[in-house]
Amino acid sequence: MKKTLILTTALVGFTSAAHADLTVMSWGGAYGAAQTEGHVKPWSASTGNAAIMVDSDNPAPAIKAMVEAGNVTVDVASVEYADAIRLCDEGLLEPIDAASLPAGADGTPAAEDFFPGAVTECAVSTDIWSNVFAYDTTKFPEGPTTAADFFDLEKFPGKRGLKKGAKAVLEFALMGDGVPAAEVYDVLNTPEGVDRAFAKLDTIKSEVVWWEAGAQAPQLLADGEVAMTTAYNGRIFAAAVGEGKPFQIVWDGQIYENESYVVPKGAPNKDLAMDFIKYATSTEGLRAQAAHISYGPPRKSANLEPIVYAGDGKTEMGPHLPTSPANLTNALLTSSDFWVDHDAELNERFQAWLAQ
Amino acid sequence: MAEATTELLTTADGRPLKAALQAAQARAKRRAFFLVLPLLLFVVLTFLIPIGYMLKRSFEHDGFVSSAPTLVAWFEANPDFDPANPPEEAYAALVQDLARMQVEKTTGVAGTRINYSVPGTISMFKKGAREAKDLAPPFKQSLVSVDPDWAKPALWRGMASASHVYTAEFYKVASDMKLNDDGWARGEDNERIYLYLFFKTFLISGIITVLCLFLAFPVAHLLATLPMAKSSLLMIMVLLPFWTSLLVRTTSWIALLQEQGIVNDLLVGIGLITDDGRLTMMYNMTGTIVAMTHVLLPFMILPLYSVMRVIPPSYARAARSLGATSWTTFRRVYLPQTLPGIAAGSLLVFILAVGYYITPALVGGADGQLISNLIAFHMSKSNWSLAAAIAGMLLASILLLYWLYDRLIGIDRLKFG
Repeated sequence: MKKTLILTTALVGFTSAAHADLTVMSWGGAYGAAQTEGHVKPWSASTGNAAIMVDSDNPAPAIKAMVEAGNVTVDVASVEYADAIRLCDEGLLEPIDAASLPAGADGTPAAEDFFPGAVTECAVSTDIWSNVFAYDTTKFPEGPTTAADFFDLEKFPGKRGLKKGAKAVLEFALMGDGVPAAEVYDVLNTPEGVDRAFAKLDTIKSEVVWWEAGAQAPQLLADGEVAMTTAYNGRIFAAAVGEGKPFQIVWDGQIYENESYVVPKGAPNKDLAMDFIKYATSTEGLRAQAAHISYGPPRKSANLEPIVYAGDGKTEMGPHLPTSPANLTNALLTSSDFWVDHDAELNERFQAWLAQ
Repeated sequence: MAEATTELLTTADGRPLKAALQAAQARAKRRAFFLVLPLLLFVVLTFLIPIGYMLKRSFEHDGFVSSAPTLVAWFEANPDFDPANPPEEAYAALVQDLARMQVEKTTGVAGTRINYSVPGTISMFKKGAREAKDLAPPFKQSLVSVDPDWAKPALWRGMASASHVYTAEFYKVASDMKLNDDGWARGEDNERIYLYLFFKTFLISGIITVLCLFLAFPVAHLLATLPMAKSSLLMIMVLLPFWTSLLVRTTSWIALLQEQGIVNDLLVGIGLITDDGRLTMMYNMTGTIVAMTHVLLPFMILPLYSVMRVIPPSYARAARSLGATSWTTFRRVYLPQTLPGIAAGSLLVFILAVGYYITPALVGGADGQLISNLIAFHMSKSNWSLAAAIAGMLLASILLLYWLYDRLIGIDRLKFG
């Protein structure tokens, strides 16, 4: 069975077998472009190895399929934090030697330089992205300022855009209900807490437009379909700064998360992959990516000097990053432990709630 | 008997004709087989094997068996143990396996397997495995002091169930059953979703099929009866959207039907509705049905057209000349002749609609979700077995419908073109 499966996947892999010393898989779009410009091209230029970037709508299931079929064609993949933990636990990733990561540009050892949780057994964070909410400043000149305002239909009438899924939505609902960020997962870990989150969502359910793909959120806002919406902060940045849309991000109640590079077990060019990750997650590598997209570099040394947006050559990225101190006053770090345990269960509950 | 008396027919070189004919036919068959061989291989390699392999996962999972051998052996020796109060030796076996998982790095594999039926266990296994080597007997006490949930009957039921490689667990979960302390039972009202979504998927697919039929029938008739030049132009108009990317068509419907969209703007503009009373036609079931009907329409038009094209117009004229009204002519003469096309188109549209994913994901909103969206969710969350079980149930129900259809209408009456 395994042999035939290898044969079938080999057949599929056949078509894309262009020569490359290193293959990186990421999410495509602006995010993939930022990693191509910030990591793949400069690494290729400095080491002389040919490297290519391939897109996937979610690299995690793709590399799981490759490893299980025994036909790994990708050396480095960009996956969500919870997926990195999960895949590592399932033995599908190569461990990464944390001690081999380079020190910061200012000499700080890597272990102290990276933010807590940014380096795990099989993954090194490349950026910190965030679930925030944003509104149209032409509709609310005195805009909403807190997560509670998102749920206040009287003070801020109009439709709301929300991501169609339990993760980040339930936490946001609790913060909108007045739970401080530090206590969100304690509350959500109890049945009453889950009920409370759904009860809060009930208060706006009739006014919600649910989105699925990240690009839909800024589009809904631009079309006037919603008065405010949750979104990935990079998408709003691209629309507001890149395209001049009158969108404003509210950082109160932001839910941020690491995005990481991992090496699938059995990667054909494992040594080069490790070298690439060391390069990409060095101070310069992280800064180079953050110059293209407004996701925060997870090293202290990478945040010391201002980063300038490569799109216009003048906007300073600092205030637009989830990691900026001003944006972290009431912010929640996603708990991968919680979601690895409860993802399926809460999503079933969420879908059932949606269908009611 | 007539054959017995006739002389044996032979070919020119004296071979019996029957044998010569058989040899020739066998050669032709072999040649034909070699012609379809590439396609056959392609289908087997890229379709049947991967699908079979996926479906196998729906009842086979060795995650726990491979990572907890001691406990699995204990379960095998004691099939009738009491999950509410497992004996000390079971705990000892568990702790021994936890320590082994920590060394072999298989905590995630085991925890994930148990987590499928008992949520919240992945972190328990991780924590338990980390501390296993320091635990001292009595193991029940020491393990429960790490996390009281280790004594939960549901957990022990889940582990016992996972100690078999072959399991019906995933089908139970896909049928809205939950494992609790007393065994498998129907889930809470606010957790049941799969059967409801199955029902809704079939309902929406049925509605879409009927809508497609009503919209496609006149168009196909027009295509079949217009003069060549005009019908070609019309055919292009049918095919043009068919050649356009699915995403583009779905997004266009969003632009048209959303609340600030073109249709609503138009209705407000001509004063039919007020600005506050804009219609909600997108991000709900209406949006899903409209967009999917449009996307699937050509699959109904084309089989209908191919059947209608060869219906001789003289039959209808004959019926009219014998005194039938136009309605009777349609009902008794024309419609029965189009049945193979209707059957083929309906089957095609229905089966495509049942498995649709992108359109409901983008325009479905709260009540336009279909079962395929949940299959996608579990695929992306690493629970391939549950995804395979749902997909297996979907496949089985389609095969059942197909069988019913064959009994009622007859598959030989299908005509795709």
